[in-house]
Parts: sequence; C-alpha cells; structure tokens
Amino acid sequence: MSVQSPISSVNDFVVRFANVNGSGSASANELFARSILRHGVPVSPRNIFPSNIQGLPTWYEVRVTEDGHLGARGGVDMMVAMNPQTWDKDVASIEPGGYLFYDSTKPMPTSKFREDITVIGVPLTAITNSTYTDPRQRQLFKNIIYLGALCALLDLDPKLVEQLIGEQYKGKEKLLSSNVHALHLGRDWALQNLKCPLGLRVKKSDKVGDRIFIEGNSAAALGAVYGGATVCAWYPITPSSSVAEAFTSHCKKYRHDPETGKAKYAIVQGEDELASIGIVIGASWNGARAFTATSGPGISLMTEFIGLSYFAEIPAVIMNIQRAGPSTGMPTRTQQCDVIACAYASHGDTKHVLLFPEDPAEAFEFAAAAFDLAERLQTTIFLMLDLDIGMNHRLCRPLKWDDAKQYDRGKVMTAEMLEEGRDFGRYLDVDGDGIPYRTYPGTHPTKGSYFTRGTSRDRYARYSEEGAVYADNMQRLVRKFETAQDMVPRPLQANAAKPTKYGVLYFGSTSPAMDEAIGILEARGHQLDRMRIRAFPFHSSVASFIADHDFVYVVEQNRDAQLRQLIVNENGIDPVRLVPILHYDGTPITARFIANAIGDHQDHLKVTPLRKAVT
Amino acid sequence: MTYIAKPKFHHPGLKKNELGYTHRDYEGKISTLCAGCGHDSITASIIEACYELSIEPHRVAKISGIGCSSKTPDYFLGNSHGFNSVHGRMPSVLTGANLANRDLIYLGVSGDGDSASIGFGQFAHSIRRAVNMTYIVENNGVYGLTKGQFSATADRGSKSKKGVTNTDNAIDLVAIALQLGATFVARSFSGDKTQLVPLIAAAIRHKGASFIDVISPCIAFNNHAGSTKSFDYVREHNDAVNRLDVLVGREPISVDYAPGTVQVVEQHDGSRLALRKLDADYDPHDRLGAMTFLQKHAAKGQIVTGLLYVDPDAEDLHTHLDTVETPLNTLDEQALCPGSAVLDKINASLR
Repeated sequence: MSVQSPISSVNDFVVRFANVNGSGSASANELFARSILRHGVPVSPRNIFPSNIQGLPTWYEVRVTEDGHLGARGGVDMMVAMNPQTWDKDVASIEPGGYLFYDSTKPMPTSKFREDITVIGVPLTAITNSTYTDPRQRQLFKNIIYLGALCALLDLDPKLVEQLIGEQYKGKEKLLSSNVHALHLGRDWALQNLKCPLGLRVKKSDKVGDRIFIEGNSAAALGAVYGGATVCAWYPITPSSSVAEAFTSHCKKYRHDPETGKAKYAIVQGEDELASIGIVIGASWNGARAFTATSGPGISLMTEFIGLSYFAEIPAVIMNIQRAGPSTGMPTRTQQCDVIACAYASHGDTKHVLLFPEDPAEAFEFAAAAFDLAERLQTTIFLMLDLDIGMNHRLCRPLKWDDAKQYDRGKVMTAEMLEEGRDFGRYLDVDGDGIPYRTYPGTHPTKGSYFTRGTSRDRYARYSEEGAVYADNMQRLVRKFETAQDMVPRPLQANAAKPTKYGVLYFGSTSPAMDEAIGILEARGHQLDRMRIRAFPFHSSVASFIADHDFVYVVEQNRDAQLRQLIVNENGIDPVRLVPILHYDGTPITARFIANAIGDHQDHLKVTPLRKAVT
Repeated sequence: MTYIAKPKFHHPGLKKNELGYTHRDYEGKISTLCAGCGHDSITASIIEACYELSIEPHRVAKISGIGCSSKTPDYFLGNSHGFNSVHGRMPSVLTGANLANRDLIYLGVSGDGDSASIGFGQFAHSIRRAVNMTYIVENNGVYGLTKGQFSATADRGSKSKKGVTNTDNAIDLVAIALQLGATFVARSFSGDKTQLVPLIAAAIRHKGASFIDVISPCIAFNNHAGSTKSFDYVREHNDAVNRLDVLVGREPISVDYAPGTVQVVEQHDGSRLALRKLDADYDPHDRLGAMTFLQKHAAKGQIVTGLLYVDPDAEDLHTHLDTVETPLNTLDEQALCPGSAVLDKINASLR
C-alpha cells in the first residue's frame, strides 16, 4: 500500500497525455481541454511535439486552473500514458500521490508502476476492438473512449462534451453519433468498473467569462486581415507556417469581393525566405500592406533585405514565431532567443522596432498595429511571438476592433500635393521627426519619382558617397528611431502591495508565469514591482523603473539574457543592476521556476546580523 | 556621372509620340558605365521602345538587382520610380511590386551574375510564377564591377582577359526560361538595335512573363580574343531566326514584306507582332522545337537570336491568384477590414 495519499484537488491540476505522433489524439485531447472550459473552468493546454509527422512521441498537457494561471505549471498530477515508447519517463514524471491512466488490455508487470501513485487501468484496446473492425476507426475512437473514461473519473458533465462534439460535427450526423457513442462506451465502462470520481475533479465554475480560446498564430493572422494586409509571402517553417495558413483561411472567408468573387489579397509561397521578404519589400514599396511570417532560420536569411528596409526606408512587417536556436536548434520547442538578432538585424548600423505580445489577444492587436507602424515609420516592424503563444490555444480576452479606426498610411505625398508644388525630397526631414515623405510609383507624370537604392544618397535620393551626406542620413535614422519610442506600445507596470527596492522586467509569453510567480513570491515574503516590456525601442519609463529600484530581475527565455543586453546597451544601464533570470531548455517558463530563482536570490540577500549568527 | 545634371534643353522641333512626349522624356541620368559599354545600347533601346509604344513614362516601375546592368535603370525613364534592390533579388521585389499594383508596367533589369549566379533561384521562380513583367538580362559573361571574374553564363572554354580558361559549363538563361514556362522568350545583341527595340516593345506589350537575354559585351573585361561574348565573336556567330515589327494600332500590315515571309501574331492586348522569317523552319509557337533548335545551334557555337517563343494567350500571376482588378494598393479600410460585427462572431465561435 502506498503511504502517499492520493492528490485531492478540485479545478486545479495538470493532466498530461502521452501519445504517438500521428495517432489522431490531438483532436480528442483538445476536446478534453475545451470540455473543461465549458464547465467555466479555465485551462491552459500545451502541445509538446516532435519535429516529425508520424511515430515519434508527442504530449499534450492540460493545466486545469480555477485561478486562471495560464502559464505552464510543471509537474503532472495525472498521466494518460498512451505511448509505450515513453512509458518509463512518463511514469517517473508523475507527482507523488498522482494518477496513472493506461490501457490495461495487456497486463503490465508491477515493476512498471510506482507505489506512490494511483494506477487506473482501462482496457481501451479490448473495448475498441470489440466494437470496431476498421483499423483507422479503432485508432481514432480509442482516443474518444479514453476521453469518455476521463469524463467519469474527473466528474465531467457528459452533456457538455456531447455539445462540443455536436458543434464540431455539425451537419455530419454519422460522425457525430459515432463519436458520442464512443464517448459513452468509455464513460460507462469507467462508471461500472472504477471508483469514480477521483480526488482530481472538475466542478462547474464561472471563471472563464467571455474569454476566447485561440492560437496566437491564428490571432496574428487575423490581425493582419484587420490591419489591411493585402500581400503575404512566406516560406514554410515551424512554428510559423500556421500564420500564413490561417491568413489564407481568414482571407477566403472575409476578403473576397461579394460581387465578383475575386480576391482582395495575394498570397505567395516563396521559394525561400529571401524571396518572401523580397516580395514583401517590393509590395510595400509599391504601397500595399505586406507581411511575412517566419522563424529564426528565416530571420537569418532575411537580414540583407531587412537592412535595405531600414536604409532605403521601406515598410515591412515580419512575424517571427521564435523557436529554440541557434541553427536548426529545436524546431518544435519554444524560446525568446531572437531578440538581439531582430533588434540589430543586418550588417552596418541598424536598429529595428520589435513588438512583444503576451498572448493571442495582443498578437491580434499588435499585428494590426504593426502595419500602421511600418507605414508611419517606413521601416521593418517585427512581431515577436514564440511557439508557446503561437501554436497553443490560449484563453484570452475577446478580440476587439473599433470600426471608426482608420489605417495610418504614413507620410505619402500624393499627385495633388506634388501639383501644389510641395518640395519632395524622399529623404528630407520636413517635420523634425526623422520621417520623410514617400511617393508611390506611378503617382505623377513629371514630379515625385525617385530612385530607391541601398546605396548612400542625399536628401533628394541622389546617389552620394560624401561623408557628411551619409552621416546626415544616418543621424536622421536615429531621430526616426527616437520618434518610434513614443509610438510603440508602452510598458505596463504593476507595483507590489508594499513599497519595495526590487523590480522585475519581463516580456512576451513569460507573462502568465510571471503573474503567477508574483503571488508565490509574495507568499514567501518577497515584494516585487513588475514591468512588462511590450516593445523596442524602450520607452523612457523602462529606464526610470530601473532607476527607481536597487536592482531589477530580467526574466527571459534564452541563454544569453538578450533583453537585458539590449537594455544595457540602449539605455547605458550598469549591468550589475539587472539580474538575469534565464530559462532556456525549450519548455515554456513556469511560475515555479521564476519564483524559485528569484526567491533564492532574494533569500541570499537577507544578511543575517553577525551577532545573531554566533549566538 | 550621375551627379552631373543632364541639360534639360532640347531642340524645339523634337519629334513627339502619340501622347506628345519626346524622346527626351524617356531618358534618365547620364550613364556612369564605361564608354562603349553594351549596356548603354540596351538603355537606348529601352528608351526607344517606350517612346515608340507611347507609354506614359511614370507608369513604368524599373527594378533591378546589383551590378553594372542593375545601375542602368537610373539612365532611362527618369520620371519613373526605380528600385536598385539587392544582388540577385530583383525578381522577388518585382513580384511583390506587381502584386501591389497590377496596373503599372514592370521592367526588371538584371545581369548574368545577378540572374544566373546569386539570383538563379529567384530568376527561375519568377518565371515559373508567370509574373507579368519584362525581364531583361544584360548578359556579358563577366563580373564588371569587381573587375573581370567569370560569370555563370561564360561559355566553357572561353578565356578571361587575364588568360584563364573557364572550365565550368555555362547556364543558358533562354533555355531555362523556355523550360520554366516563360510565355515570351527572346535573345538579342546589344549591337543590333534594329532587332532589339521591337523585341523590347513586344515584350512590354506581352501580358505574362517575358524574358529577353541580351548579349551585351563588356568593353573593359570581356571584349578580347578568346571571349565568346565580345562584339566580334557575337557578330560572327549571330544566327537571327526572325525580325520583328510591333504593330500597336489596327493599321494594315506594311506591304514591304515579301509574300509568305511574314507571320502575324496577335497578342492578348490587341497588339500584333509581324515576324519576318529569316529561318524558314523556325516556329516561335513551338516551345519544344525552340529548345531543340537552341541546343543544336549552341553545339555548333552559334548564338540564336530573335523572338524564340511566344504564347499570345498567356496568363499571369494575377490570373492565377484571381485577384481583383483594382490594384491592391488602392484598397482601403472599407474594402479590407471585416469590421467589429464579424469579429464578434469570430469571438463567439472561439468559446
């Protein structure tokens, strides 16, 4: 008998499904996550998948969290072990007192289990094989049968699951009824043969509210539709491909002319990332809103064009769905490792605008805003997502759009303005903000044309290798970057309940884990003010935040503390005042990790008075 | 020198085209290329073709990569927007520009280094995609700006100025363009403006991927004995299969042609190409035949020139993408943004 009592928890636990890639488990697992949401209980699911199509291990983790902690938690309370390849590791990863759910059709030696966990065997294969003959059906329905069993074990309301299946197979009655049947096969077996429910249970709540459940890549693509992107050029690369695919499907729904049926967009799958960014630059030069989506290796390939965009001042939007690098790195694992690569992409002196959304809702907003910024600033805007936000469904606030909003097309000199005799210098800073006017090709028969080039030129776009002319232009580009500082999304600050000497800076997908970690740290007696950076160039409030604290932790998901480097470099901060907290094993950062790292550091700061130590 | 302003005055009696533009309206800045460079003759031919077609100069977008040839868009159509982009990447920039505004004329100017070496992939894929453009390669077989290295179109066995023999096989861009489905393929020689001007004019009027390989001797680094891209060599080995006249209006075809020697090709836009056959057996509608003909003549050391292939019913990338007739760059919020009501529905579907 186990001395460890089984974990008992309502609406706060982690279930992990261990599957074989390509077995059709993904939709059943997603159904599981959605079912819990329908109970009014927030969930945060994550796909942990290999760079493979079929055969390799894949996991799907669902954090059930009444308190709404959407970051990864770490640890597993219940393992649904459907993959013999990873059995030992999966069993070992269960928390003491946790649960192991497995297919008990074939008996397993007791050495394959643990004494401190509850083992739940369901003869899934036997049930499936006695019901279905077609091999593919057996495979797919086995997934629904385990879902049914979990329904009973975790006390899920089967009506809510049925409702979801009904929505999924609307109009496909046969599929609908066979799925519902499979669900009940599993549920009934569990109710008849097992003690249901377990200590882990789902209870109806009202914590989901009007929030939506969406992947960051799909939200970013929708942002591009709302932001007026008409040209998309891309090259397939994990984890960004679903951005272009989602853009394609959104455009098919919302961007066809109702009368002619023709497309109000053009999507080209380029031969590589160089062509993709080239197409974006060409289209933007010609006055269309254009973007590409890629990941680290694609950014490396695009850097020459990014330099051109910076120097010749051509708008471009690049969505970078970051994955673990360098080189091919870990293509299906998450990181925030391209901060420096994107901030300074290209040879020569360059700086680029980066936007750091925290979730799909911000990915939508920032994606749409990126096109305004790109045209206003006439340069490349990076939307920095990562795999964790991009490829996982995340609960977030509903997407919002103000119908009164007009696109900011930036400083474009029209034929009428040229006719009026306005002085047109393509690189002439008329307003003191470093941003010149541009003209679209084909504007006027005799006025406003210019020759775009990556070589040095004067204010009127005339080729020049004069040192002073070159320096004048480079200085203006610095001015333009300063202008950008007040246009990009500002950092958000939240202060601790009590005044504190310590602060923490973080960004992007770290956000939910950080919010949760703050609570854990407070419970340990550590007070921290926090600031979430949402863009580069950094707003002046970042420097003041650092100045207001003795020192500041910088939490990020890469090895080299890239955001910290950027802050030190751009703001002239003494590096000693910025303490790096780094997570970079490719898994999403957790609250536990942050709280431990910061907590330990804080504990070391508490100097025990010498007199006390000797007594 | 580009910083030397070209004088603006011109003869008051200068001839005007249908739109009232003079030849000067199609000119650009003063060339900075070497005196006698073949590229300058191509520049002159582009000017001539645009003048004759009565194109509004500002409705052309000139896009190039990097190299001597890619500098030339600064020397013609001074009232057009030009884009001297990145080495080997003209095709992608042009493709993007074309997607943004289908109403302009796209002139891509490139060189053999730009298109056959660093940009070989982009050259190939822009042709594959049937981008509506006139893609001109000013082909001299040599890297001029970096002083005389072989390019990928240099023939095997040809000699560099320094006396080095090229041992690599040459890429024939015309053969590749034919294989990849270009719907207008021609080769010409910068020293033969009477052949080149109508070819450029016809290519501009062609709605689809037009490719012209123009052998253009490099006076500084590839015009010596042993070169197969020198003026002398090309003149001696030029095998022109036809001569072309472009007829834009509906006027009857000139009676100057001897009967049976002229083939008339009507293009999609109504323009007609009158082809005077020089080689009786050559059929410019036969893609496979053209490829064989080229290979056979190349084996004999001959440079086949003329209109090598044309498909008058060509389609382009916009046809394939089924884009709206209105240029994408003119669409506004009303046309592009689905609005908040749709977003509310999307939100509802995500719960």
